[in-house]
Amino acid sequence: MSNPQQLRYSKEHEWLSDAEDGVATVGITEHAANALGDVVFVQLPEVGDTVTAGETCGELESTKSVSDLYSPVTGEITEVNEDVVNDPSLVNSEPFEGGWLFKVRVSEEPADLLSADEYDAHVAG
Amino acid sequence: MSSSPLRRTALDALHRSLGATMTDFAGWDMPLRYGSERDEHVAVRTKAGLFDLSHMGEITVTGPEADRFLNHALVGDIASVRVGRARYTMICREDGGILDDLIVYRLADAEYMVVANASNAQVVLDALTERAAGFAAAVRDDRDAYALIAVQGPESPGILKSLTDADLDGLKYYAGLPGTVAGVPALIARTGYTGEDGFELFVAPEHAEKLWQALTEAGAPVGLAPCGLSCRDTLRLEAGMPLYGHELSTSLTPFDAGLGRVVKFEKEGDFVGRAALEEAAARAQENPPRVLVGLVAEGRRVPRAGYPVVAGGEVIGEVTSGAPSPTLGRPIAMAYVDAAHSAPGTPGVGVDIRGSHEPHEVVALPFYKRQK
Repeated sequence: MSNPQQLRYSKEHEWLSDAEDGVATVGITEHAANALGDVVFVQLPEVGDTVTAGETCGELESTKSVSDLYSPVTGEITEVNEDVVNDPSLVNSEPFEGGWLFKVRVSEEPADLLSADEYDAHVAG
Repeated sequence: MSSSPLRRTALDALHRSLGATMTDFAGWDMPLRYGSERDEHVAVRTKAGLFDLSHMGEITVTGPEADRFLNHALVGDIASVRVGRARYTMICREDGGILDDLIVYRLADAEYMVVANASNAQVVLDALTERAAGFAAAVRDDRDAYALIAVQGPESPGILKSLTDADLDGLKYYAGLPGTVAGVPALIARTGYTGEDGFELFVAPEHAEKLWQALTEAGAPVGLAPCGLSCRDTLRLEAGMPLYGHELSTSLTPFDAGLGRVVKFEKEGDFVGRAALEEAAARAQENPPRVLVGLVAEGRRVPRAGYPVVAGGEVIGEVTSGAPSPTLGRPIAMAYVDAAHSAPGTPGVGVDIRGSHEPHEVVALPFYKRQK
């Protein structure tokens, strides 16, 4: 699998796009989606919620297990992906595209986000 | 946790070449899924699925008193099983607790094959060996003698027919006969754990790969898919079939598990656990134990094993297995609940899903029954 070069990554397997007008898009990586198996339910933060880098802000439920969703950055939620709420399988089929999870107005970004190559190494390690 | 290396089946290299996600299951490295577990589940319900079940524990019992011995060691009437047939039964402790649930095949007058769950195979082997004392019967560990391949689903009879001359039409559910499949000697059993018609093929490990490949080729035109343990769990859950470690345990007797019918008090001779089981049966009559029911979620969050079942602010039971049901399109669960809340349609029943009480409908098991 290839992790898009233009994104940055958390060790908890979220990806983050470059912010446009201060707003970045967040999803989970293909690696994480594969590890979860078929995702059947997502619980996302609500628009207006404040999320904190490294803290849980939702749930991803697959056939076998439930996993916490972490936010890679601190900020205010500006949009959640209703398509993925209605069809959670988008997380598996298009993790970097239609399966994005939420948009966040970034107020603070941790220094330890990974590049695509660093994330590859993190996953391989 | 044991630090010993995971055991690998004869099909291990094949699973890896198919890109399977592997998982540690009872000390074995087994395929969890090859692609989407949902697609594998649907393949078994609508077409056919191919499973490697070589981790199951085969134990052969032979000797002139094999039948009397098994009647003593197990709760079922094994002596009454006819040659070529199989029986679902249990092995219990003296105190009535369930050690394992088993399928016993009668291969000949004086030869049986006992199939135990992978996680309990050693326990069952030890118990049978101990209980055989004083009987003219021999207990043989045959776990390494067999690979087990299952083909399950509505297309499975057609797939198998193209590879064998065995009389599959004459082979009833819960029956087994020796035959040849794709040139490989096999015990062909019409059993399974998916709620579908299907077959389990016990073969020598050195023949497993050849048989798997032949089934794969024969099944390709009708959509046969390799299937892992993940979909096996959702298939058996929809079919309302108990799983050891979830619905069954040493802390439950068969009567507590709603499976008292497998205990045959009327059979000849004494058997291990009889006294305790007679008490358990009487207790169940007077004071109904918790009842195994089905729960269907009204929402989309999934009830999981160990979650409390609640009603009116009280805990009234516990989920034993839960998963999203591909067939129903909603999360489902099996749970033991107090008898007062066990009737289908009982209002006000919920599951405490990580602190939130989510409403569920109580239904009779199974969730899914195939059309015959």
